[in-house]
Amino acid sequence: MIEYLIDGPLWYLSLVVFCVGVVWQLGSIIFASRKTDLSVARDSASSGAVKTVFSRFLPHKEIAPRIRMQVAAGYMFHLGLFALLFFAAPHVLFLEQHLLGFGWTPMPHWAFIVSAQFAFLGLIMLWLRRMVNPVSRLISTFDDHVAAILTFIVMLTGCFALLEGSTALRLLHRFTVELWLIYFPFSALMHTFTFVPSRAFTGAWFGRRGIDA
Amino acid sequence: MSERLERGLETLRGEIDGKVKSFFSSCVRCGICAEACLFYTETNDPRYTPIYKTEPLRKLWQKEYSFWGKLSSALGISKPMTEADLADWEELVYDGCSMCGRCSMVCPVGVDISMVIFKVKHGLAKAGFSPEGLVGATQRAVDIGSPMGITMKAVMATIKHVEANTGLKVPLDVEGADYLALLSSNEIALYPEYIESITRIFDHAGVSWTLSSEAYEATNSGLQIGNKTIAGQLVQRVVDGAEKLKVKNVISPECGHAYTALRWEGPNFIGKPYPFRVVHILELLDELQAAGRLKTTGMEHQRLTFHDPCSIVRRGGVEAQPRNLLQPMAENFVEMTDHGSMNWCCGGGGGVSSNERAEKLKLTAFNKKKSQIDALNVDAVVTACSNCRMVMEEGVETNEMDIELLGLTEMIAAHLDERHAE
Repeated sequence: MIEYLIDGPLWYLSLVVFCVGVVWQLGSIIFASRKTDLSVARDSASSGAVKTVFSRFLPHKEIAPRIRMQVAAGYMFHLGLFALLFFAAPHVLFLEQHLLGFGWTPMPHWAFIVSAQFAFLGLIMLWLRRMVNPVSRLISTFDDHVAAILTFIVMLTGCFALLEGSTALRLLHRFTVELWLIYFPFSALMHTFTFVPSRAFTGAWFGRRGIDA
Repeated sequence: MSERLERGLETLRGEIDGKVKSFFSSCVRCGICAEACLFYTETNDPRYTPIYKTEPLRKLWQKEYSFWGKLSSALGISKPMTEADLADWEELVYDGCSMCGRCSMVCPVGVDISMVIFKVKHGLAKAGFSPEGLVGATQRAVDIGSPMGITMKAVMATIKHVEANTGLKVPLDVEGADYLALLSSNEIALYPEYIESITRIFDHAGVSWTLSSEAYEATNSGLQIGNKTIAGQLVQRVVDGAEKLKVKNVISPECGHAYTALRWEGPNFIGKPYPFRVVHILELLDELQAAGRLKTTGMEHQRLTFHDPCSIVRRGGVEAQPRNLLQPMAENFVEMTDHGSMNWCCGGGGGVSSNERAEKLKLTAFNKKKSQIDALNVDAVVTACSNCRMVMEEGVETNEMDIELLGLTEMIAAHLDERHAE
């Protein structure tokens, strides 16, 4: 019964909540009213938007020395998670069989181990900083902690499922993924998508003023 | 709920648009913005973290626009916002933020934090949570026409001195002139040499210009306090003055926030585009130099650096012009470690210098500029904002630093090559 629920209705429910929620949230940003800027532009807003969407992947050189740890941990976590999500052999197989109908070459086992270590280490470093650093501790919200803990649990159960190969552990992983998908659109996890319009809005603002941002 | 709280929250609600939604839903509370803020780096007080200064608006967004906020309200377990949610942030946004916008340059998810802080200021100002010094300055700007209470009579007295010193006529209310020059209160009261300098330069370059007896003040206390209604009224005065004289261009003076108010935010404040062009004095001088109408002679031999005023450079886009203008005159010019769009603020922008309560914090924040200047071992710092100059002069005196502060326009006037006068 539990297996049926987790592999069936709950899976589809979580997918629907995730997809509808993400589209709804993005729509509420993109289609929300915005006042037209009446000042005469000095340069192109759209090229500024495109540039800033990509330029903010790297820290400004003037500030980089002060945030090395955060940048390193951030990249370790995000790249590690991305690699696990789309190139771990069980995920590639799952996406092919249950969602897309096609697959691609998964990463080798050693790369999986490296990616998992990067992702875990990065997430733990970021979370510890959130708990210890006075600035991060002051500004962090309950949601930030829930999102981090939930992501950690999903990654941990994923490793268990892979190592043990048992149905119970596979179901546990899938169940945590479903919780994560349901929580995603209503949480800080939405930054996965909303960083794009956020950077674009700001880049357009700087772009029309002729400022390299 | 008190009337002032309701007024403040209603104003904040009006500020939540698509941009604000994208900013708050993408912020991951990484705290990187703190490292870009001189009020944090010089005090180590986490409350000065830029994104923390936006809390009143974020709380309202979370409560009324997010899923969990709406759910909490529907279940009746949501905590209502109180006057303290606004009052407790007054010191942070007015005393502890110079609106320099450096935080907006470094946010990894692209939040324009400075813009959001301005929106918070708008809500606080409407609710009456603003420092006394700024309230007084704004009132004088509305009632008298200048935040320092400078009347046209004082301007006329300055014009007489300028005419006596230069032997040139300062044009006043000349209909059909190409350029209407505006002034900041500081330039009338503290640095009248700016008026003398533009008089000499425009005569040298053959520029058709005028001052207006009805629109002489460029500064905008409405922008500094965050009241868009008053900011619009003050911009409208300039528009009316410019339209009356039928000028083609309006010159924003050596004042950072005046440039933001006139060039970039003004049309939005009054809800319509201008029928004239707004140009910063540095842009105009650069254009005149490029066209061969502005020639300088002689070199400054002392070791110089340039302080980039935040509102003109980082938030205004006038970065290359001051360097183009300095290049032919300054033979020993050095850049600060962080310069241009990543320069550090003097500490007194965004109305901080008009806010007596923030005096001590402003001088603490100046330590960042002091360390930049000390590292270069320069003889003089050139800038193009009378407010930056005033704040730095105070910092230099307080710290007994042995450097000179110069205005760029004055430096150009001092080096005019009279053989090439038009």
